[in-house]
Amino acid sequence: MNASPALRARRLLAGAILLASFATGLARAQLTIDITTTGGRQVPIAVMPLAGDTSQPQSVGEVVGADLARTGLFKLVNTGGVTPLPTEPSQVNFADWTTRNAEALVIGKIEPASDGRVEVRFRLFDVAKQSQLASYSYVVAPAQLRATAHRIADVIYERLTGDKGVFSTKITYVVKRGRRYELQVADADGFNAQSVLASNEPIMSPSWSPDGSRLAYVSFDQKKPIVVVQNLAQGTTKVVASYRGNNSAPAWSPDSRYLAVALSKDGLTQVYRVPAGGGDAERLTESPGIDTQPAYSPDGQWIAFTSDRGGSPQVYRMPAAGGAATRLTFEGTYNVGPRYSPDGKSIAFVQRDGGRYRIASLEIATGQVSVLTDGNLDDSPTYAPNGKMILYEAQVGGRGQLAAVSGDGRVRQRLTSAAGDVQDPAWGPMPTN
Amino acid sequence: MKKLALYVLVALAAAACASNDKKETPAAVTDLSSGAQQPQSGTGSSTTQQKPMGSVSGNPLTDPTSPLSKRSVYFDFDSNAVKDEYRGLVQAHSRYMTTDKRDSRIRIEGNCDERGSREYNLALGQRRAEAVKQVMTVLGVTSGRIETTSYGEEKPAATGHDESAWAQNRRADIKYSGE
Repeated sequence: MNASPALRARRLLAGAILLASFATGLARAQLTIDITTTGGRQVPIAVMPLAGDTSQPQSVGEVVGADLARTGLFKLVNTGGVTPLPTEPSQVNFADWTTRNAEALVIGKIEPASDGRVEVRFRLFDVAKQSQLASYSYVVAPAQLRATAHRIADVIYERLTGDKGVFSTKITYVVKRGRRYELQVADADGFNAQSVLASNEPIMSPSWSPDGSRLAYVSFDQKKPIVVVQNLAQGTTKVVASYRGNNSAPAWSPDSRYLAVALSKDGLTQVYRVPAGGGDAERLTESPGIDTQPAYSPDGQWIAFTSDRGGSPQVYRMPAAGGAATRLTFEGTYNVGPRYSPDGKSIAFVQRDGGRYRIASLEIATGQVSVLTDGNLDDSPTYAPNGKMILYEAQVGGRGQLAAVSGDGRVRQRLTSAAGDVQDPAWGPMPTN
Repeated sequence: MKKLALYVLVALAAAACASNDKKETPAAVTDLSSGAQQPQSGTGSSTTQQKPMGSVSGNPLTDPTSPLSKRSVYFDFDSNAVKDEYRGLVQAHSRYMTTDKRDSRIRIEGNCDERGSREYNLALGQRRAEAVKQVMTVLGVTSGRIETTSYGEEKPAATGHDESAWAQNRRADIKYSGE
């Protein structure tokens, strides 16, 4: 079809707006995420631009494609040269997509709705079976287009893999530049980073409350480590542990009632718990060594923790209200920092081997340990709430970066920030909508 | 000799409380009782770590010629043993607190090099601070006047990624209140 000059001009302008919005989107992202390796099979998926996408401030199709590609499980199929843009099932030429080796196809459109909002509609197809797998529409304000794209990516991911997507989740981490520390919260793709706390003193160990509304962290503003809980929406803070000596390593109980913490108030660092809203600390461990880094199991029954009571630091587990501890790691002389997987079956931790510190995973039922990373100074593993990826801190070329690895070790990502060294990540919970 | 015997008794009692089988604290206390340089009585002698000269007009804590201006004890990797070369320094501060400034209070801040997990390093730093505190309490400083805390690996003195930087970061710093 021949485009009139007016139509061509409109398209040029729309293209320019698209480029500009993409560029400012990049500038706003303070964490950039790259896939460094992928392993195993990738599902080829064609994500068509949504009709009307280019006249919006945010390109929904771009965000959906980027989300899926970033998992390392999908390969984006080239969608160029498909005209007209299909927006309805009847317009889809499945044979053509089969020729292009696509196994899944996403089409959709964005149209104005009432009150300045827009309606976003998408459909997901199985190309070989020529059948529709999902069809949803959302009426949202234009400012919510990016969040809507993440929801769409979640649906597609779940339909095609069987697992829940985490594209709508948040991550938190500490950025250090010179003597300046910032605790930031960003979307799981690194966009929309917000500063939650800024300080000239170190910030450590952020920990999400189960509903994602609060962060516990360690602040050194008082020239020694204390545990603070901050309400993210209100910005209000409460000091929950500020005893003599060190107060650190906060970990929320799954019922949100307690924070397990490491306190040195009675001489040696031991594990205690405090009520999440503040109150007296109750001692949980009693050992002649260091007990620290508590982590509740998802069912709330256990606390895994680091202890060197046996002479070297290892991972132990005790009942959540305290009691006899059982040792869980037996290889090597340094196994610390346990974190439970969301299904409670595995524990990620830091293992030293030959002078290198790497992230490993223990399968609790069998005792089997797999080493997942290959850095030198890897630390702070944190699971995505679908259990599929582990985010952690790595040092590359003397600079602190975040990295992520899939549970089977095959997919690797690197997350870098131009703002400074990035450390101490924690992955937020599934959104509660 | 009687005073030395008293030190030994107190030291052995303190070692029993430490109860860390892999820790060098008991051995450190043994050193104290057998060290040839230790003063037999409370008065000054010709060794360098004694009472600061009365003629110094400034604050001995900040006078660079006084051993009290040195505040850092350095440690070997994975160790919280207070090495012999730092005993004099710790003794000087203990003497200052028990003799010259009986109302002084200090915070001992432990630190680690960057290797290993942050939170475990926070606890290791605290254990280093405790080790220095233990030497001081054995020397007569009241426990309640010494707070021990840790920065773990968070406040390195040297930011390199090699042993020369790491050695500078494995330390405990003595800070007097008000500083």
